[in-house]
Amino acid sequence: MNTINKDVPSDIEELLPWHAAGTLSSGDARRVEDALVRDPELARRYALVRDELGETILLNETLGAPSAQAMNKLFAKIDAEPARKPPVSFNLSARVSSFFASMTPRTLAFAGGAALFAILLQAGFIASVLIKEAGPARYVTASAPSTDPGVGAFTLIRFAPQASQDDVTKFLEANKLAIVAGPADGGFYKIRVSAAAMPKADYATIVKKLRANKVVGFIATTE
Amino acid sequence: MQTSTDDVLIGRIANGDRLAMQVLFARHHVRVYRFVLRLVRNEATAEDLISEVFLDIWRQAGKFEGRAAVSTWMLGIARFKALSALRRKPEEELDDETAAQIEDHSDDPETTLAKKDKGSQLRQALNGLSNEHREIIDLVYYHEKSVEEVAGIVGIPAATVKTRMFYARKKLSELLKEQGIDRGWP
Repeated sequence: MNTINKDVPSDIEELLPWHAAGTLSSGDARRVEDALVRDPELARRYALVRDELGETILLNETLGAPSAQAMNKLFAKIDAEPARKPPVSFNLSARVSSFFASMTPRTLAFAGGAALFAILLQAGFIASVLIKEAGPARYVTASAPSTDPGVGAFTLIRFAPQASQDDVTKFLEANKLAIVAGPADGGFYKIRVSAAAMPKADYATIVKKLRANKVVGFIATTE
Repeated sequence: MQTSTDDVLIGRIANGDRLAMQVLFARHHVRVYRFVLRLVRNEATAEDLISEVFLDIWRQAGKFEGRAAVSTWMLGIARFKALSALRRKPEEELDDETAAQIEDHSDDPETTLAKKDKGSQLRQALNGLSNEHREIIDLVYYHEKSVEEVAGIVGIPAATVKTRMFYARKKLSELLKEQGIDRGWP
């Protein structure tokens, strides 16, 4: 039975070229195969499609190929391109790994030693501050000034970058200050300036005095 | 299989691997050249254009998202380059070349003999198609592109791809009829 209109292609007839080229999905290919079995006119037209396919391939294959000059031209252009930056990766661990991988063993050993020294220095600084703050064991009476970090007058200090550990220790001792917390974001330490609450005017005077010290990079009052 | 290795090559090219570029070029340059040549109909222009196509691939490899096959992406770039070259080229020059190519198959004794061959007449008719019809026939039959891939390369809806292919084939039959061959369709 002929079901085809010559001018308006059916859905199946439109698919014949892709069926011949083998680029249809398996579902569409099955539909076309079924239609070809049922419809002799469609099968005849499919034979025309196959002729076209064969001759198109033959025609293209006889077109030859470009000369070797094409590749030379391409790579001359590629060589003239600006040097390509390595792709930017946001994978932190990969970047850290590649950073360490790029070091020589001697550099890596030196860097490791320096890092260890920095850690020990920092630990020593924290320990010395804590020991001084704790002081010798003593009796504490109910009326004695509280050691609770929540009680007293406090300030927030960021030490000057050039201040050494020794400078900071001397500064704390000279002003009878104690670090009660920190460092927080921005390198701030919470410093107790008095074990008991104090009048605002006295507090402001102390803060002003501390601000004048070269060890202090920044000082802020706390409520 | 080849598609996935093309993807790997593109990844390497994105990192500046020249060897990967050589492999990709060796694998695809002939087909890209033939596709471009069928559009521009000038061997020197086609040869220049393929180095431009592959240079674009070198530059854009990092942006390739793998939504289409690499070969489909390349043909899309090649088509753009070919059409741009055609727009730059004077119309008269192109017509002369086209005419010369068609005349190549005219009446010397060999061609007269060949004209008796239905296949050669079909190939001559294929050469006589418009660029629009020729490119779609090449993409489907020679470059083995699916409806969706052709749609991506040419930049038209899938339904239009199917109707354009149908009308390209219809035109082919008309050209054959002018040569005295009635295919009984359309």
